[in-house]
Amino acid sequence: METLTQFVQAIYLVAAVLFILSLAGLSKQETARLGNTAGKVGMVLALGATVLLAINESERNRGVTAALIFLALGIGALAGSWKARSVEMTQMPEMIAILHSFVGLAAVLVGFDSYLTDSHGGAVHLVEVFLGVFIGAITFTGSIVAWLKLAAKIKSKPLTLPGRHWLNGGAVVISLGLMGWFIAAPSIWPLAIMTALALFVGWHLVMAIGGGDMPVVVSMLNSYSGWAAAAAGFMLSNDLLIVTGALVGSSGAILSYIMCKAMNRSFISVILGGFGADDSTGAAGSGAGGGAAVEGDHTEVTPEEVAQLLKEATNILITPGYGMAVAKAQYPVAELTAKLRADGKKVTFGVHPVAGRLPGHMNVLLAEAKVPYDIVEELEEVNDEMATTDVVLVIGANDTVNPAAEDDPTSPIAGMPVIQVWNAGKVIVFKRSMAVGYAGVQNPLFFKENTSMLFGDAKQRVEDIVRAL
Amino acid sequence: MRIGVPREATADQRLVAATPKTVEKLIKLGYEVVVESGAGAGASITDSDYLAAGATTAEPATVWQSDIVITVDAPELTALAEMQSGATLISRLDPDGSPAFVEAAQKLGITALNLMSVPRISRAQALDVLSTMSNVSGYRGIIEAAEAYAGMFGGQVTAAGSTPPARVFVIGAGVAGLAALGAAGSLGAEVRAYDVRADVAEQIESMGATFVRVDAAAQESADGYASDLTTEQEAATARVYAAESAAADVVVTTALIRGKAPITITADMVAAMKPGSVIVDLAASGGGNCELTVPGQKTVTDNGVTIIGYTDLPGRMPKHTSQLYGTNIVNLLALMTPGKDGELAVNLDDVVVRGITVTHAGAILWPPPPVQVSAAPAQQAEPAPAAPTPTQDAGTGAGGSSEISAKADATSTDAAAKPAKKGTAKLVWAAIAALLVIAAVTFSTPTFTGHFTVFALAVVIGFYVISGVSHSLHTPLMAQTNAISGIILVGALLQIGNDNWIVTTLAFVAATIASINIFGGFLVTGRMLAMFRRDA
Repeated sequence: METLTQFVQAIYLVAAVLFILSLAGLSKQETARLGNTAGKVGMVLALGATVLLAINESERNRGVTAALIFLALGIGALAGSWKARSVEMTQMPEMIAILHSFVGLAAVLVGFDSYLTDSHGGAVHLVEVFLGVFIGAITFTGSIVAWLKLAAKIKSKPLTLPGRHWLNGGAVVISLGLMGWFIAAPSIWPLAIMTALALFVGWHLVMAIGGGDMPVVVSMLNSYSGWAAAAAGFMLSNDLLIVTGALVGSSGAILSYIMCKAMNRSFISVILGGFGADDSTGAAGSGAGGGAAVEGDHTEVTPEEVAQLLKEATNILITPGYGMAVAKAQYPVAELTAKLRADGKKVTFGVHPVAGRLPGHMNVLLAEAKVPYDIVEELEEVNDEMATTDVVLVIGANDTVNPAAEDDPTSPIAGMPVIQVWNAGKVIVFKRSMAVGYAGVQNPLFFKENTSMLFGDAKQRVEDIVRAL
Repeated sequence: MRIGVPREATADQRLVAATPKTVEKLIKLGYEVVVESGAGAGASITDSDYLAAGATTAEPATVWQSDIVITVDAPELTALAEMQSGATLISRLDPDGSPAFVEAAQKLGITALNLMSVPRISRAQALDVLSTMSNVSGYRGIIEAAEAYAGMFGGQVTAAGSTPPARVFVIGAGVAGLAALGAAGSLGAEVRAYDVRADVAEQIESMGATFVRVDAAAQESADGYASDLTTEQEAATARVYAAESAAADVVVTTALIRGKAPITITADMVAAMKPGSVIVDLAASGGGNCELTVPGQKTVTDNGVTIIGYTDLPGRMPKHTSQLYGTNIVNLLALMTPGKDGELAVNLDDVVVRGITVTHAGAILWPPPPVQVSAAPAQQAEPAPAAPTPTQDAGTGAGGSSEISAKADATSTDAAAKPAKKGTAKLVWAAIAALLVIAAVTFSTPTFTGHFTVFALAVVIGFYVISGVSHSLHTPLMAQTNAISGIILVGALLQIGNDNWIVTTLAFVAATIASINIFGGFLVTGRMLAMFRRDA
């Protein structure tokens, strides 16, 4: 028996290394696929060894245990692969959010189990269980709310309950008290009450965050799901879980940090909710909330005129935003790109780090539509080239191309790095109407002289242009 | 402030420093523009065009009295003397060639900005007059060649038989060279090009031309500059020039280093060329790359080869060249007018502004400090082919590196500007956190300590592994970490076998959803990654 346990530990070690290599591989395009494979191999090894160990250590009939394990894995495999195959790339944010909630829920369940199987462990174990369940529960409801918001099943406007910071703070303080009770007199009650509280905090935390901040929220929840797994590792004394959880936790935290930097906002202010809606300015999302009022005339163009413009241009930039995902316009956009490139024009995509509802969302959509990744560039790269760009097509982006971020210090998005499309020769903005973006800020870009608006469904309009070409 | 646009000093100069379009932009920057009557005549721009754009016209005296005077060529000293003290002159100057001019400007208290010395960094590309002129020259060179050439550029297939396309050989793929091969290609010629820098082969091929390879090609040394050509390489290069020029109908040479032109086409090579073929020497202003070039003239050799040595190619297309030149000036003024309020700010901390400032506030600031690294002075027109010196790659190579160092500079000043207080606060927090961790570990069990060590190390590894992730991979990375965090399944699996049915049930549910995570996460990551592809 001793040998088997040691063998399993050895396998875990190999798996942990493979997971590290997997994440390292995924940070570059060239090695990404290899990274994915390393992760799969590590997972197969870890699960194989665990199944062996679980069946061997089963306290009940081994056949029953084995059957249950394979039933669980079977259901998971079926449901997981069905979802992975059928999900549309535009729905990727929702998919990832719901997957996070699964990890959270699993952490809660494993925590309860760990308490039930070993209710008389030392204080250290009790603290581990308590924290694991706490983080897991927050991740669970937080992710559910994020999923609901991303899937547009509920409004993505930030919910601002009166004294919401006090609510969260109070819940944390009470939980700490419950932890004292739990350690002093271990019973299921403090654990259950705390779980309810944590579920509320998770729900409330994400409810208070607006749609524009979703990329940060999703990566933050990614981080939480990692910490939940690590906490589970502590309570089960399982190093593989600890290593993996810590990896995922810190990687999610870094992604959140990168996102925040891209929006020039502090992590704390995003987490505490409401774009431009700190308690002093009142309700969030109301366009007039902050920033100088912008007024002026905008000019409209027809798809035919845009086609003509593109024919004359040699250097074209496309900046996609969430609107492109909503309209599923990536295919016609890719077709347009292919056409223009076939005519010898230089077409570049400028992707803002927070475009879309998920970090890197736009890149995935463009890749889906077979736009080569080496013409998809980042903020700084396209800004450097802007002066030599003839035409910029802004497709469904708004806040990420808003000059107010640079010009207007009172704007809620002041200081956020933006794609300086207005420095190009001509800007065409595809938009459904003159409504404001997620940040609730009017965009002076629309009223600039070298900007023209092309109203209507982005997909339709791009198709019109392709036809006109 | 008022900007004055005088008529150019010499009658040959058909260019003008502002066109109606650029006047509009200057006005938008908050300036007032006054144009000397007839200044645009050479470029077919009438006074009324300027008036329509919002400028006023005036006599020379008024124009020269403006706060800012913009010209194409350096003005005469007499004209310079008419300027106000404290005014700014923006022009193409030659501070090394005419120190008297620099002295005069200094004595008069004039700020002289030299457009010929814009640092070659990408931020300054929009105001790089040299690029503009090279580009235009490259195009015009081909047009002149087409006129002098005895045949048609594009191949023809007619009822009366067919003619082959002209064969054009371009030496040097700098701005002028690329423009020339682009223009030749669009006229239908078969274009071949050579450059000592093997890495520009891609640029040449991207323009639809064929890159001519030399067996013993120059190798770039470790610092990114082309290294000295060995004698053997030189000989090999010369053989290629001879063979290519003998087979070509048109040869275009573009090698210019610090205003000097090395000889690439010798008299022997010209003698071996076909009668009726043409050499366009775009380096004629520096003496010419061809041994037989007469700068400023078109000559025909005894064996019927036309050598075009014109030095005024940009001026032969005054309308568009003026437009581009004027836009360079607008871009410069936009850079120097941060408030868009018509107030010029000479910010000498800006490497671009510093690089072009010859005199300012009564002091001679020439030559400017090199733009970090060992960047070449900006008179250097083009990265020169065939020139056996280590500096020939400075046009592109040094441009790139100098920008990097400029950026690094900006960051370091940023960091220095931040109060040191913040750093201290961070240290204090880190110390408190460390103390807490030490306390927690001290009062815990040995098993916990072991696990905690693993945990802390894994966090650090995660941090370093992820820090360099490229933006485009955020989504796949997140899906992958998601799948990996499904590893919590391990915990659930180990609990399934418990003899308490409640535990088993909970564990079963946990195992099921965690495995959805694993399978879903890995598969969807794989699906996304499969979609990313490089441009074929």
